Amino acid sequence: MNAQAETQTAVHVRPSQNEESSESLLQIRGLKKRFSLSGDFLDQLRFKGGRLVRHQEHVHAINGVNLDIKRGEALCVVGESGCGKSTVARTVMGLITPSEGEISYGGQRIDNLSSRQLLPYRKRMQMIFQNPYASLNPRMTIQQTLEEPLRLHHPNWNRQQILDKVEEVMRSVGIDPDWGKRFGHEFSGGQRQRIAIARALAVDPEFIVADEPISALDVSIQAQVLNLLMEAQQERNLTYMFITHDLAVVEHFGTRVAVMYLGTVCEIATTATLFEKPRHPYTQALLSAIPRLKDDRPQHIRLTGEVPTPVNLPSGCVFHGRCPHANARCKQEIPVLQTQDDGTRVACHAVEEARL
Amino acid sequence: MALLEVSQLDVRFALRQGEVRALRDVSFTLERGERLGIVGESGAGKSVAAFSLLNLIAKPGFIAGGSIKFEGQTLNTMSERGLRKVRGNRISMIFQDPMMTLNPVLSIGEQMLECLKAHRRISSKEARSIALDKLRQVQIPSPEKRLEQYPHELSGGMRQRIIIAIALLLDPDIIIADEPTTALDVTIQAEIMALLLELCEQHNVGLILITHDLGVVSQVTQRMLVMYAGRVIEQGPTREIINDPQHPYTQGLLNALPQMATPGERLNQIRGSMPSLSNLPSGCAFHPRCDFINRTNGQPRPACTEQVPEFVTSGNCRVACHMVAEMIEDRRLKEETS
Repeated sequence: MNAQAETQTAVHVRPSQNEESSESLLQIRGLKKRFSLSGDFLDQLRFKGGRLVRHQEHVHAINGVNLDIKRGEALCVVGESGCGKSTVARTVMGLITPSEGEISYGGQRIDNLSSRQLLPYRKRMQMIFQNPYASLNPRMTIQQTLEEPLRLHHPNWNRQQILDKVEEVMRSVGIDPDWGKRFGHEFSGGQRQRIAIARALAVDPEFIVADEPISALDVSIQAQVLNLLMEAQQERNLTYMFITHDLAVVEHFGTRVAVMYLGTVCEIATTATLFEKPRHPYTQALLSAIPRLKDDRPQHIRLTGEVPTPVNLPSGCVFHGRCPHANARCKQEIPVLQTQDDGTRVACHAVEEARL
Repeated sequence: MALLEVSQLDVRFALRQGEVRALRDVSFTLERGERLGIVGESGAGKSVAAFSLLNLIAKPGFIAGGSIKFEGQTLNTMSERGLRKVRGNRISMIFQDPMMTLNPVLSIGEQMLECLKAHRRISSKEARSIALDKLRQVQIPSPEKRLEQYPHELSGGMRQRIIIAIALLLDPDIIIADEPTTALDVTIQAEIMALLLELCEQHNVGLILITHDLGVVSQVTQRMLVMYAGRVIEQGPTREIINDPQHPYTQGLLNALPQMATPGERLNQIRGSMPSLSNLPSGCAFHPRCDFINRTNGQPRPACTEQVPEFVTSGNCRVACHMVAEMIEDRRLKEETS
């Protein structure tokens, strides 16, 4: 009873807060996430010089990320594996609790809510995962899979309403409603991803976090799923947070792009600006690495070395070890995002000092 | 005579539900120092093609017909003993996942020396110096230290470099690379591909690159094969196929790429998905997904649904498609009448 009251207040507070920040739907402020590598308390104890010391190691997955997602846009988050892009997505969805920082949705802080308090937000924000082979429950039929979120979020709907909604959502993603009796394993990867999208759309969300939704699919199927996601955006006026490592997809799909490297955002720009005029040296290298069809041998900016481990972060700018423009300042001082003339935000000393 | 000649290769898998034909009528050649790309989606049979070249198809799969000739020797009928002299020595292979390829309990040095000593009678000292030389060629920093390290101590990109070094150890004539960069990040992928290309050019090594990434193929290879449902459907010079694809599937595949579309517009998609090999459509395996069959008064062209298309030559390319064949025939007739 008490919990119900709480959810109701959450719902009531929303509109007034909404007016203050009508532009951005989701705000991430100073987000940090550390994962412990050292196990529980007893595992952390070590003998060192005859004394018992507690030794802790952390993976610094996200180190102070600030992002705003505006209503109706598709914000793409790109970066290489281990840069923390999936962790950001999962923290936004409340699947991981952040170590520090705040996440607000429609003006209302959501990172500190209990799962029951989060329930009304879960209806408004849904997630699509990378691997459709793992994200569908193998023991549920497609019908059951699609009914489950509806039963949870619309407890007062009758059977017919639920059936109608399931049929409608199946049609909208291009699956035959007769397939409802089948199980996930009977479908191909592309069809499974359609079902996963249908599940996310079933509760009519306004915000969808898609974590590499097409990476596991073949080229011809990728186009189908990408088209489906764009159609859904137009029809339902959705806002996307789209996590991917594929820059060609970003160029096609994204309104704005945030480039991440080792747990920090190094550049945020509108898609057109980013592809036309990448500022951050990492963005430049990343763009030059896309294998293009047309030009035979592109000028590829070769980066030296590899991505450092997020366990022991480099001092200063996290990219300085591989950056061709790094100087002494880059090794010591952490750059912050600074707004450029055209609205692009870049975290780079070289850009700031106009060395680049 | 070409260095490698594959003709009419037919690979089948004897499964409980019957025989599945994983490859049919696959024919291609590779000249010395040439780089050939094999492209297709998952299930097209491109990896089976690569594995069968060295007779590495595991049971229940077997080569049911055709021939693979390397310098005139027929590899598919050769004894295991004879094959061992070719594998890793004259033709070496790079696999997709570097962690699966390297033995986790042997140091890098042991794995490299093992390979050298299996094929050549040389002292450990000589072997070591060859190994170090190859590690330098693939631009691995502090190679002496790497020889003592184990695979888990290295990053993905580094492991793939080690594997390239091992593939190059015995100065092979051909390297078969099966999705060598799929497991790697974009920037690392670009580095590894550039390295592989450079080394192949330097040492005049032939490369068979298997990938689903058309961008990579267009940058690295000179000729390419496009595979669909166990069959080659189009082959020819890479540039020509990329710039002017003939087969509707190749066209669809290229048009489906986001870089071919205007940002924000709908992508051109191929409807449906690749058929399962155990249940192939009749006639041209692509006909249920093909957009061109409905041209003649809304009905599918009977040839497409009934008859498996033969290869026709179109420019420098060879295409297996009834529609392309018809168009070429029409053009020929027009020229004859005029």
